[in-house]
Amino acid sequence: MNIAEHFPALVIVIPLLFALITWLAGLINRAFCWVIALTITFLCFLMSFSILNTVMHTGRISYHMGAWEPPWGIEYAIDYLNGFVLVVVSFIAFIVTLYSRKSVGLEIDEEKSPAFYSLYMLLFTGLMGMTITGDIFNLYVFIEITSLSGYALIAIGRRRNSLMASFNYLILGTIAATFILIGIGYLYMVTGSLNMADLREKLPPLYHSRVVLTAFGFFTVGLSLKLALFPLHIWLPNAYTYAPSVVSAIMAATSTKVGAYAMLRILFTVFKVEFDLNVVPVTKILLVLSCIAIIAGSILAISQTNIKRMLAYSSVGQIGYIVLGTTMANQTAMTGSIIHILNHALMKGTLFLVAGCVVYKTGIEDISGLKGMGQKMPFSMAAFTVGALSMVGVPLTVGFISKWYLATGALKAGMWFILPIILISSLLSAIYFWRIIEGIYFAPAVSSQHSEVSTYRSLDHHNPHPVSRSRDDAPPGMLIPTLILAGLCIFFGIAAYIPVSVAEKAANMLLGGT
Amino acid sequence: MVEIVHSAAPLCAIGVSLVAVILMVISKGYPNLREFWTIGASILKFSIVVSMLPTILDGKVIEYSLYSILPGLDIKFRVDPMGIFFALTASFLWIITSFYSIGYMRALKEHAQTRYFSFFAIALSATMGVAFSANLFTTFLFYELITLSTFPLVAHTETPEAIKSSRRYIAYLLGTSIAFQLSAIFLTYNATGTLEFSNHGILAGKAPDMLLIIIFILFMAGITKAAMMPFHSWLPAAMVAPTPVSALLHAVAVVKTGVFVLLKVILFVFGVDLLSKLGVGTALAYFASFTIIVASFIALRQDNLKLRLAYSTISQLSYVVLAVALLTPGGITASIMHIIIHAFGKITLFFAAGAIYVATRKTNISELNGIGKQMPLTMAAFTIGVLSMIGVPPAAGFISKWYMISGSIEARQIPFIIVIAASTILNACYFLPIVYTAYFKRHDNEIYNEEWRMLNKGYGMINLNSEVRIKEAPPLMVVSLILTAIGTLVLFFWPSLFLELARMVVGVVI
Repeated sequence: MNIAEHFPALVIVIPLLFALITWLAGLINRAFCWVIALTITFLCFLMSFSILNTVMHTGRISYHMGAWEPPWGIEYAIDYLNGFVLVVVSFIAFIVTLYSRKSVGLEIDEEKSPAFYSLYMLLFTGLMGMTITGDIFNLYVFIEITSLSGYALIAIGRRRNSLMASFNYLILGTIAATFILIGIGYLYMVTGSLNMADLREKLPPLYHSRVVLTAFGFFTVGLSLKLALFPLHIWLPNAYTYAPSVVSAIMAATSTKVGAYAMLRILFTVFKVEFDLNVVPVTKILLVLSCIAIIAGSILAISQTNIKRMLAYSSVGQIGYIVLGTTMANQTAMTGSIIHILNHALMKGTLFLVAGCVVYKTGIEDISGLKGMGQKMPFSMAAFTVGALSMVGVPLTVGFISKWYLATGALKAGMWFILPIILISSLLSAIYFWRIIEGIYFAPAVSSQHSEVSTYRSLDHHNPHPVSRSRDDAPPGMLIPTLILAGLCIFFGIAAYIPVSVAEKAANMLLGGT
Repeated sequence: MVEIVHSAAPLCAIGVSLVAVILMVISKGYPNLREFWTIGASILKFSIVVSMLPTILDGKVIEYSLYSILPGLDIKFRVDPMGIFFALTASFLWIITSFYSIGYMRALKEHAQTRYFSFFAIALSATMGVAFSANLFTTFLFYELITLSTFPLVAHTETPEAIKSSRRYIAYLLGTSIAFQLSAIFLTYNATGTLEFSNHGILAGKAPDMLLIIIFILFMAGITKAAMMPFHSWLPAAMVAPTPVSALLHAVAVVKTGVFVLLKVILFVFGVDLLSKLGVGTALAYFASFTIIVASFIALRQDNLKLRLAYSTISQLSYVVLAVALLTPGGITASIMHIIIHAFGKITLFFAAGAIYVATRKTNISELNGIGKQMPLTMAAFTIGVLSMIGVPPAAGFISKWYMISGSIEARQIPFIIVIAASTILNACYFLPIVYTAYFKRHDNEIYNEEWRMLNKGYGMINLNSEVRIKEAPPLMVVSLILTAIGTLVLFFWPSLFLELARMVVGVVI
């Protein structure tokens, strides 16, 4: 028996199991939690990588849970698309865990840290599960695991606002999950199957049945809520702003991406492209919504004064990009979408990690507080600059690659109006990021502002550092992960062929090729 | 078919100043060592460019493919006559500007000098990158790098005014390049499937005329570095930068990159034939004429010397555009020649403006009465620069005007001859008064002395120590500006090398 064959099960089972063990270990010594989380996420990253490698060589993997044959048993089906997403999610989770030790120490009460890591592992399990599963009911289960652990993680910080944010998210997340469950129920009602591949075969004759159409509607709305597609994004800004930095980073970088992945699965695997194009004009609806999301997200981001909230609104726009590429049913644009899952995870991950570094060092969350920070925290700010340039889409960064694919894809599909939308949004992001970069490097630090903008300082007993302009960057434990992500923003902007080769195959597969 | 030589020389020419940046940052505690790297890099860069010259004059082309990010997105360099022409100009003037910069920055005891010299070097790398790029993507890449690397130079003083101006600078340059130039690149790629420059253009027959015209307009609007109206106001804003930056970057490297890219697009993306067929060349020429005249009128009203020079630059850049838009051999020759001729003339004028500032802290023309007696060398060089701007022999400006007029005649476009004539008069109107002020108006001290004598007549008092004395800027600066002034004269008497290169370009594209 080869252990590698069981990796698909292990990437789920191990973190699930260790979610509990972490908590128990935390009762003995709280320091264990971080070590365990780090080891497990790293292990899952290696396994995901090996899975993707196998997929690239041998094609789709179908793993039968408990050796029950699909469509009766639960199937874990890994192809180019979710192999890719698995690697992205596990890698980001590993990097964020690496980063988390100091940041969690500051932002979360010490006695809660075992619970934090336990929930963190659960969130990770849920995200991996949503990605790997080939069964729609199993998908629902993992969505719930992700959401529930997400609500708790947002609320775990010390701030009162985070409770409100978490509660809002809870309400909307529950509606989303319910919608998805209803969709699943209807599909099961007419086909008697829960397996995605099986549904794909069984559904076409029923495409015009009202039940299927209703189910499809519930899926679309539910998933749009989950991935925060405009105008269903309202839970996201508060959640990202008030969550602890680590949670904002992992959620911004991965959980909306996995939501987008789930949307892709439903739209293009459970249903076929013909359905999306001919039966229900869903691609047109999503096209319009995503265009609005891109512009609205960027405009809203401009008016923010809190860094994390600005990044959150920017995420709303970026999610628009991911959805946009899928709606053109064109291979180039679809590649752009899939590659943007990785690219946005890298850029937004970098930016949120930097925001966390700043909070750790100074307690500042306000954009105006970043003035003169280029001298105080040169490495963090360099990472921020890379992330920001990437968001603007400067060549040689990952942002340019995404835009290149989306724009050329749109032109190939004959959708000219997409081009100005993409470019205007680049301009808008240039505005809201440039304002910060300029302040970082070209404005003197204003010390009097710090007392007003400090959010954590009053609560914070661990961090007696005075605010000054002398060099005082984040500790290496936070800086190194941040710089790794920033470095990858450039690396994959240059060596773009590595992710693109996978994304192209995935796009081809989704659009009904081989 | 042109013979292609594969060589990494263009990459070295680009890379040498990037390596120097690392050395500069390392040796930032030792100003002399740091400046040594700047000088060393500039000389080495120029030598590398010169070493490629014989190959190009043989009619060969040097190519180097660095890396392909994705199909269609290649970072590739090609050294052709036009590229080497621009590279020679920029890299040669960088050497002189480096000396000048050292004199200027030290005389004023400026802050953040390491940042200044580092970004200066990066900007020059990027300029070489544009000069040698073989496709639109590489061009765009280095075009953006120039914008980003010159931002810290414009914002150098970090005063609120500098921050405000640099914001305008970045908004215009980055904004239009993303909004218009990048969309033009996307549309070009979509129509042709390639971004590679080609001698007769790549767009001919690839798209409906209407779309071609749209692409053309997008390119023209997107290459804002050429400072055509209405996207010109970043250039006066950039004048808050230290004067060496205004001199090399905002009279030579940055703005010439603009017109250079514009020429590349006109000649190697669209092609002369296609543009004549579309008839947009003449429209562009009218636009350029508008800029020439209007910018000159605005220049008339500027009292700040650097601002007047900036508006003059806007006007002169449009000469380049006007000349190429004629789409005739004479016009193309004129536009290429004007790149170097204006570079030498305008850098001399800016150097002089900087020297005046360092020596006297004066920035306005109205304060320059009698400055010619105080700074004779500087003002002599300034006068040569002025003659070149107006186009009076024996300054090089005459050559480009000559070709421009012959180009207009070839194109049978009499209106443009009138434009050139009118703008020459305007040039004279806004430059000659400066020279007049400098030499023929009496220096404040002289007036003061006279009044003093009148007042004290008969009292036998000796006037105080206020004779007009020669007080030039530091020697490094004066030598630099004399060299560029001499360059302006040399270009008039021995323009053959550059004319030959220009002729090679004309031979290839027509």
